[in-house]
Amino acid sequence: MNAKQKQFISQNGIWGVLIVLVILVTILTGGKFIKPANIETLFTNESIKGIMAFGVMMAILSKGIDLNPGSLAALVAVIGASMCTMNETTASIIQNGGKPMPAIVAIVICLALGCISGAIFGSIIAFTKMPAFIATLGAQLMCRAASKIITTAPVSNLSDGFRFLGKAKVGPIPMIVIVFIVMYIISAILLTQTRWGKSVYAVGGNDQAARVAGINVEKTLILVYVWCSFCAALGGILLAGRTGSADPSTYGLNYELDAIAAATVGGTSHTGGVCRISGVLAGILILGVVNNGLVMLGVNDNYTNIIKGLIIIVSVALDMRKNTKKV
Amino acid sequence: MSEYVVEMIDIVKEFPGVRALKGVQLKLRPGKVHTLMGENGAGKSTLMKCLIGIQPATSGKIIVNGREVHYKNVIEAMADGISMIHQELSPVSERSVAENLWLGREPKKGFLVDHKKMYADSEELFKKLNLNLDPREKMGNLTVAQMQMVEIAKAVSYDSKVVIMDEPTSSLTEGEVEHLFKIIADLKAKNVAIVYISHKMEEIFQISDDITVFRDGEYVGTDLAENLNTDKLIQMMVGRSVDAMFPKVDCPIGDVIMKVDGLCSGRQVKNVSFELRRGEILGFAGLVGAGRTETFETIFGMRPKTGGHVYKDGQELSCKSPEDAIKNKIGMLTEDRRGNGIIGLLSIRDNTCIAALKDYGFPLNHKKMEEDTKFYIDMMRTKTPTTGTPIKNLSGGNQQKVLVGRWLKTNPDILIVDEPTRGIDVGAKSEIHAILTKLAGEGKAIVMISSELPEVMGMSDRIVCMYEGEVTGIVDRADFSSEKIMALAHGEK
Repeated sequence: MNAKQKQFISQNGIWGVLIVLVILVTILTGGKFIKPANIETLFTNESIKGIMAFGVMMAILSKGIDLNPGSLAALVAVIGASMCTMNETTASIIQNGGKPMPAIVAIVICLALGCISGAIFGSIIAFTKMPAFIATLGAQLMCRAASKIITTAPVSNLSDGFRFLGKAKVGPIPMIVIVFIVMYIISAILLTQTRWGKSVYAVGGNDQAARVAGINVEKTLILVYVWCSFCAALGGILLAGRTGSADPSTYGLNYELDAIAAATVGGTSHTGGVCRISGVLAGILILGVVNNGLVMLGVNDNYTNIIKGLIIIVSVALDMRKNTKKV
Repeated sequence: MSEYVVEMIDIVKEFPGVRALKGVQLKLRPGKVHTLMGENGAGKSTLMKCLIGIQPATSGKIIVNGREVHYKNVIEAMADGISMIHQELSPVSERSVAENLWLGREPKKGFLVDHKKMYADSEELFKKLNLNLDPREKMGNLTVAQMQMVEIAKAVSYDSKVVIMDEPTSSLTEGEVEHLFKIIADLKAKNVAIVYISHKMEEIFQISDDITVFRDGEYVGTDLAENLNTDKLIQMMVGRSVDAMFPKVDCPIGDVIMKVDGLCSGRQVKNVSFELRRGEILGFAGLVGAGRTETFETIFGMRPKTGGHVYKDGQELSCKSPEDAIKNKIGMLTEDRRGNGIIGLLSIRDNTCIAALKDYGFPLNHKKMEEDTKFYIDMMRTKTPTTGTPIKNLSGGNQQKVLVGRWLKTNPDILIVDEPTRGIDVGAKSEIHAILTKLAGEGKAIVMISSELPEVMGMSDRIVCMYEGEVTGIVDRADFSSEKIMALAHGEK
């Protein structure tokens, strides 16, 4: 086996794992898994966490992390829902004279809020050199609390316009899956076709060297967290749209952990500077297949989590071996 | 009992796809300094890693004290009295010297560490070696030289019979080197065999008893140092003679391109003034800590300027970051290749293009990136399997060539090179010198900071000497003499 083939296997072996997993689950469920209806459920379920994974992936690539997406999604969902609710009794602070706001305005405001939040916490991380873990842990607490302050009860009965992205279907394909695919393409372009993408690799690989090579490290990092928060905000909009309501205490809970797990299983290295977008996609699907398959097989939720935990640890162990083997 | 303390016979070491050692041998005599020479990538460090078990050999025989051994890790080698002082030290900076010295084998009183004994033992050890070090000092406050001394003390404390030193003098000043040599002499007197890896010719002839040369993973030969000279050694190493070590060509010197007036930065740079002309190679000589690197870090925007002015082409410059400096067509090849030079996990291609990403537009023109990378690989004669290889897999000399290519890609008017050939083999060194000369010939201005006197004298048109943050003198090429420059570098005006 020559070096090129070895490299190919090490980079794409994860797709092999996914295929094996799909075959295994299909056999165990007697073919029910592979039915179109179930595949649709799987994609619909994983889309939101997947979009968050495309954001978190950038943070991990830059040698940081983002623990905020789940809470930020809840905050955005609550704010967006409050602006677009048809139900005047659950409408709270943000309201357009008792009438729901046009959905497009609400969505733009939500996304902008996400970006602003990302810019604030990104600046804190970039300029104070604070570990991203700490800054985003603080952000997580604050965003969750803020959404509970805005409303204690779930906001429900959202306008159809606001629910378009989360609920509509284009032919047989749910809109949410289309959004996921579009976000995958945008992430891939950002990562491989832009100067910023290259800069994120460089900053994650060696921030000192990146600075000497003329990269504006602070700007690069701030944009990383803006992107990350943009993905989370989009996730929040989809979440509210999909269910037609927004619950401040449970929405997006622990989603960031699933997103981090997917990016990590997909080969994004926590030592920074290593990431392949196709790997992250495979990571999202692997965890999706495990989630979906084990539910179909009637496995208790706790066992599902044990298996997911094992997958994360084993994949990182393999990754560490790969990256440290050569002295 | 054999006359050798260590014999390595027919050692082969294979990495995936590479045969790093092709059946080499090495025999160490007790109480002698045995120098290993060869270009970077010749296999010197790999052989030593085989010996001490970091990377066990694929095949071959290692005999220590007449017994065949197969060390699987450093601890086993140390137990047999073999220790290695690495080129890149990795101390626990936040802990004391003594804690570093006894790390993992602290003297104990019951369950607890016996700090009193630890410090007393350290003091005794330092006294024995004539080291003026405080075991209570925080390791991070020590100079590189002092850290090295601690490592040597550690080796002695293990009662080592063989001490391997991988380029120990690469970041030491002249005075520190002398001290190191005294310690080496002491160790020799204690019948310790020393393996010495270095690229510095004068040093090698000063301290070696035996010299072994490797080339491309093959054993070239071993001889007594007294039977060899510089020319012979270079010929053995490169398999051809390197005609001119410093191919300085006189270029027409043009107008002043940069004027620095009273530059200050904290306590490191005090009132530095000089002029730089097109087509000129301006050398900067001085001891470690003289403020040469800091001066140019200030100009390049890596540290804050606290006073003075910098003019380029008559315009005042104020670079707040390297980004600004690069926009103003200044490039800087930094001293710390691993720390702020290479981005280890990224490919040769990304490392080459990273400082000039704006040339590739959106979407990034990957084809052009590939072509440019190939161009600089050919130009610098960089040895690499592919343009996609992570740069950390290359030898130091080849990494440096990639970095030179990175700066050439930005097409700077002024290129600052800080210790450009430190720890680099003879071949790569002369290639880098040739490139610098060529750039000067094209009308660029080059600043060359070097602690190696022959290099800075061989390459420069003028030399600025610095001492403790101040310029002590500027010498023209016609007036170059080692004595004069060394005197200025030691603060004697």
